[in-house]
Amino acid sequence: MNMAFNEETFRGDFTFRNSPESVRRFPYPFEEDEYMYSVNIEQHTSGEPGSVFEHPIDVDEHYVAECKERAIVLSEDHTRCVALPHMMDAQWDTLELVMTSLSESYPSEFQLTIDGDNWHWVNKPLGIEDHFVFGDVSTLPMEPFEYVMRQVQGDWVVMDQRDNDLYADLGMVTGQADWSVAFDAGMSFKEWHAPVPHAPEMGIFDRALKYLLHLQYGSPVRRTNWRMCVNPRLDTSSETYDVWGTDNVSATKENAGDKVFLRVELQALFRLPRSNAIAFSIRTYMVSLADLATYPRWAKRLNRVLRSLHPDLAEYKGLNSFKQPVLDWLEPLDDGAFLEKGVHPE
Amino acid sequence: MSALKVKVTAVEQVAEQIKHFTMVAEDGSPLPYFSGGSHVVVSMDIDGRTHRNAYSLMGPTNDNSAYQIAVRKQEKSRGGSVFMHEKVEPGTLLEISMPTNLFSIHRLAKKHILVAGGIGITPFLSQITDLNRIGHDYELHYAYRSAEHAAFREEIEKLCGDKAFFYPENETGRLNVTELLSKQPLGSHVYVCGPDPMVNGLELIASELGWPETSVHSEKFLAPASGAPFTVSLLQSNTEVVVPSDLSMLEAMEEAGIDAPYMCRGGACGRCEVEVVECDGELVHHDEYLSDAERVAAKKILPCVSRANCSRMVINL
Repeated sequence: MNMAFNEETFRGDFTFRNSPESVRRFPYPFEEDEYMYSVNIEQHTSGEPGSVFEHPIDVDEHYVAECKERAIVLSEDHTRCVALPHMMDAQWDTLELVMTSLSESYPSEFQLTIDGDNWHWVNKPLGIEDHFVFGDVSTLPMEPFEYVMRQVQGDWVVMDQRDNDLYADLGMVTGQADWSVAFDAGMSFKEWHAPVPHAPEMGIFDRALKYLLHLQYGSPVRRTNWRMCVNPRLDTSSETYDVWGTDNVSATKENAGDKVFLRVELQALFRLPRSNAIAFSIRTYMVSLADLATYPRWAKRLNRVLRSLHPDLAEYKGLNSFKQPVLDWLEPLDDGAFLEKGVHPE
Repeated sequence: MSALKVKVTAVEQVAEQIKHFTMVAEDGSPLPYFSGGSHVVVSMDIDGRTHRNAYSLMGPTNDNSAYQIAVRKQEKSRGGSVFMHEKVEPGTLLEISMPTNLFSIHRLAKKHILVAGGIGITPFLSQITDLNRIGHDYELHYAYRSAEHAAFREEIEKLCGDKAFFYPENETGRLNVTELLSKQPLGSHVYVCGPDPMVNGLELIASELGWPETSVHSEKFLAPASGAPFTVSLLQSNTEVVVPSDLSMLEAMEEAGIDAPYMCRGGACGRCEVEVVECDGELVHHDEYLSDAERVAAKKILPCVSRANCSRMVINL
């Protein structure tokens, strides 16, 4: 993995960009020409070298910039980090998961030395080095969850398991796709999924919940989800709609290639050992339509998926105000040729 | 399913019919941490057949150098507990599952009431270390037949101090559950692990006293029931398996090389649930998982403990 980190922004001048390597490893979500919600959960096993599935927690060229963006969001609004008091074991569990995973996957960038409860953590890309006592909050500059979450890409929600349900009781969400962790904190699994159209009557959430309640330590699972957005803005939370809402009407047929992004969430779920909670990571990957179209089958398939998308889903995914310019931009790239099943780039 | 290879390092007789086993990772590495109330499924090679039993981890939960379990030699053993008692000794290699928790503490409880009967004490030994660490209010009530049957009493006194109460039946008589539950503050949760009559009785009393169902937690690992042999036809695997009288449906399928899902192997978790497509007789449910409505519908079965009075059953697996 190339560990050169981009200098880029996710707001203001939007200098976010993907290298060709980053485009190639983009977790393209559409296997077929049509899309409908499904449980689509698979084992989170190690994927091909270089792919976003190679390691349990992926670090890429956007790492440093995303951590900076996270810090900006938190400095403006600290309610993006929610930690209910009964989740302290889960906080330490999450810290352990992130630190052990990063140090095992990227030993040149992250190092963890464990001597009983005395831990030594080195994060070279962010220039962090700390000694602390595992389990002793006073030895860290802040609570363990916030400390480690400021050093990882993507949003994380940790769910407490009780009453045969999962509750979103711990989370740091700074790059969310039009939702709010402050609003969802404490909600049960079905409560926070309730807005998804057509999924409840398909029984998807009953099945997914039942599956997750049995999630085993050591056997994490994953799924992908997707949206689209205008401008590579990570923070499109419900609270800041006034800031980004107008972006959505700025896309035209002419600028859609550079201005509109396919936004894929790689969601992974890990059972945590001490708390029996489940960590749910939502890592967002964004790619512009122009970059996506460097692989023609990706552009063709996206055109077909968007054209056949159920109107309720298009609305739920916030596409309505810019769907037409996107289709106008994609249409000339689609020769109508048959595409075999699969998400591969060419 | 990921598994751990372990080596038994100590075996100790701790009470009449109860042995205590300590195991470490075969390669000397640390074992995964676990939460109080977790169990592991131990695989045993009994005369060339793989037998699997679930046993609670006894803690402490902050020590990942070794796992501890305790096994009571069952009077009607299907082989597992006898194997553990007679064949397993220091040096024995075993394969165990990753820890799984179906009996975890409720972290929003105001107070935890732990009620153990006999060998049912084991999950509480790890739960107590969690409760002590996070500083929650609790009481442990441990009932057993007589002093010779009281495993781990000294450890418990050390761990719990004045939070532990002991009920040797031959001295104090039975634990009065009604009295115990009547005086608890609102927001208390009760956890029970022990013989069937104790668990069922406590659940009934709690319900009569108006305790919400979600505040009452129980664990019993049921042994698969024996019964008349029958044939299971597996739709997706396109194969037929004969279930003999002394094996569960799940065990018979595993013997036939089918990779069937399972977790607790005791009818508690529902992980092995399969859809019954056809059955020319009656399903006999022994699990704790399916609802009454699901039993009446007869479309699902938990093959780890349940079976059927039939000649042939078709399942979607």
